[in-house]
Amino acid sequence: MLKNSLLKAIPLALAGVVAVAAAAEARDQIRIVGSSTVFPFSTSVAETFGKTSGFKTPVVESTGSGGGLKLFCSGVGVQHPDITNASRRIKASEVETCAKNGVADVIEIKIGFDGIVIGNDKGAASFDLTKKQLFLALAAEVPVDGKIVKNPYNTWSDIDSSLPNQPIEVLGPPPTSGTRDAFVELVMREGAEEFPELKAMAKSDKKGFRKISDSMREDGKFIEAGENDNLIVQKLQANPNAMGIFGFSFLDQNSDKIKGANVLGVEPTFENIASGDYSVSRSLYFYVKKAHIGVVPGIEEYLAEFTSDKAIGDEGYLTDKGLIPLPAADRAKFREAATNKTNLVM
Amino acid sequence: MTDAIMNSKPDTAEIRRPSPGGERLKKRYAAERRFRLYGLCSILAAGLMLVFLVGSIVGTGWSAFLQTYVKLSITFDAEYLDPAGTGDPAQLQNADYGGLMKKNLRDNFPEVTGRSDKRKLYNFVSPNAGYVLRDMVIADPALVGKTLDLWVKASDDIDMLTKGYVDRTEAEDNRRVSNAELAWYDKLDNADRVETRFNTDFFVNADSREPEEAGILGAVTGSLLTLLITLLLSFPVGVMAAIYLEEFAPKNRWTDLIEVNINNLAAVPSIVFGLLGLAMFLNFFGFPRSAPLVGGMVLALMTLPTIIIAARSALKAVPPSIREAALGLGASPLQVVTHHVLPLAMPGILTGTIIGMAQALGETAPLLMIGMIAFIVDIPGGFTDPATVLPVQIYLWADSPERAFVERTSAAIMVLLAFLIFMNFVAVLLRRKFERRW
Repeated sequence: MLKNSLLKAIPLALAGVVAVAAAAEARDQIRIVGSSTVFPFSTSVAETFGKTSGFKTPVVESTGSGGGLKLFCSGVGVQHPDITNASRRIKASEVETCAKNGVADVIEIKIGFDGIVIGNDKGAASFDLTKKQLFLALAAEVPVDGKIVKNPYNTWSDIDSSLPNQPIEVLGPPPTSGTRDAFVELVMREGAEEFPELKAMAKSDKKGFRKISDSMREDGKFIEAGENDNLIVQKLQANPNAMGIFGFSFLDQNSDKIKGANVLGVEPTFENIASGDYSVSRSLYFYVKKAHIGVVPGIEEYLAEFTSDKAIGDEGYLTDKGLIPLPAADRAKFREAATNKTNLVM
Repeated sequence: MTDAIMNSKPDTAEIRRPSPGGERLKKRYAAERRFRLYGLCSILAAGLMLVFLVGSIVGTGWSAFLQTYVKLSITFDAEYLDPAGTGDPAQLQNADYGGLMKKNLRDNFPEVTGRSDKRKLYNFVSPNAGYVLRDMVIADPALVGKTLDLWVKASDDIDMLTKGYVDRTEAEDNRRVSNAELAWYDKLDNADRVETRFNTDFFVNADSREPEEAGILGAVTGSLLTLLITLLLSFPVGVMAAIYLEEFAPKNRWTDLIEVNINNLAAVPSIVFGLLGLAMFLNFFGFPRSAPLVGGMVLALMTLPTIIIAARSALKAVPPSIREAALGLGASPLQVVTHHVLPLAMPGILTGTIIGMAQALGETAPLLMIGMIAFIVDIPGGFTDPATVLPVQIYLWADSPERAFVERTSAAIMVLLAFLIFMNFVAVLLRRKFERRW
């Protein structure tokens, strides 16, 4: 009896597998991939869209900006995603890959800003940092008296006597994270360029400069704490000496436990990031495959929902989730791009 | 002869005898006691860690099973729902329920005037409250124009306030709930219009970006569908492979090679199976992304070695005398296996299978590659619908910034643990049922 049921189960399972594989051709549900930073916003829009539009709720995957663009650019057809989110702009090389795989027409929508915060425990010392100080605290190699040496700084006051006498200990995202990319670009490189010798190097030997500006120290002062920003927030509470690097929405949601350091004298607040005064912020985007509009139902309506003032406006529901809105003129521009299906221009 | 031994005196070499009460015996007893103490200590340490782990999960997670509701007087204003008075179901379906909810909130708190205060007021209840009103009206169109006292789900921030996670002594800027919101809350609370109820939505909803709406059913269904595929594929294939290798295959270089490879596969990091699944099932066969079918197939690959190894050792443990007796009575080799060896080995095979399944239940890494780490609102209805699984749900919630997701993360862990305990319980039951002595 057991033998019989065993022997029957195998072909049954195999037949089932083949049958459903054949049925999986058409798709009536939008598929979105991409950045983990845009994920909370994208999912919010997807859920609202699913509840109000009568279309199926889109499936949103968190793959990271690079991974998302790779999937997005792999071809046209229902087995490929329709939309990808990115916490940075698409690169020229990615546009090329896209074009090579037949994804020639892409709509680009900028949805808002995200601030990157250097924060610490509410009860700990307050910081007012410059990008140069952050570079000196976190780079693996720094210039001292005209020579590039291994980072010699152990406490913040070693860097500048105005800073607290507190050991340097910074928890940050790993290299796979978009937050790390943005931090390196907005803080480390700009901080490095404040040294004349490094600035000269940036012009003459870009590779050598990037090696210095982009390498974080590995002597235990900068700790890669994983992709999970919540974890960093919890660790900051446990250790008042530690600083952390994370997205603004985590400061927004945990303002009773942690505070953000001023950068160049500007406090990381909603208003300061929106106005552009707080300089460590980046733009968030998503990209739409034009060839899929009309093939997969609901893409146009999803675009309309995402670009509406109800979602990304000054008082839209995404601002409640921590998105920092674009200026009204930019919003209008991208809303127009969405309705006219304007192609991406690099 | 005995006499001779007893009478013979040791003259040169001294015989070492155990001396009761002597130093050496004491030492041996002490060593014995120490050994037992070490064992006890390690058990205690492990137990303490378990208590700490479960304690901290239950401690943070139990409140997720409760949800705050506030009682508001809701007018189903015909102006919003059906201005023309047609009673047309399509009109009722598409009416502005969000606007209706907002108007009712304004009516319940007439003292609120400022623009930013109004905005806070709109966030006092769950953004889904409007859809609840919609469902009520569609179920009973006679509600239009009536006024009722209704319990409405509070937003996540208010829920956190009720559960005591908001420190009222903090400065206003430093907490998620402003003074105005506290005043509205206290007003309702004093009128007995705030209550916490059992959070059934947590068990019947799928994922949501609103913590108060988020539930576990989508992930549980996804896990069940995935595990079903895993079981259907890996159990028969694994058991057949084990039977063949153990009972029928000749012992030669090839079977040795296969054995070594199976043992190696059991130790391969699971992400590798995910990559294999991506390359083979998605890119080559063109199966849909995020489907429990593909997830189950990938996990089946991962579980196979575990099942084969467990099944082989269970088969090996059946005494040869049983095979010989059966053969001696004229059974064919196939009959020996199916009638005698396999039933006796079944408890061991089942234990191995359930351990493998439990492993598969907790796996996220291979699912990353095939797109099951995703936000999915619809509860999957079949093997090709997009789905996610329990550990992925835990990961996604742990990564969400909203404070209310912290308790939900722990609650989801409790559900996952309950699942594991249930599976182990089933394993024990099956073992009891099938266990035979010889």
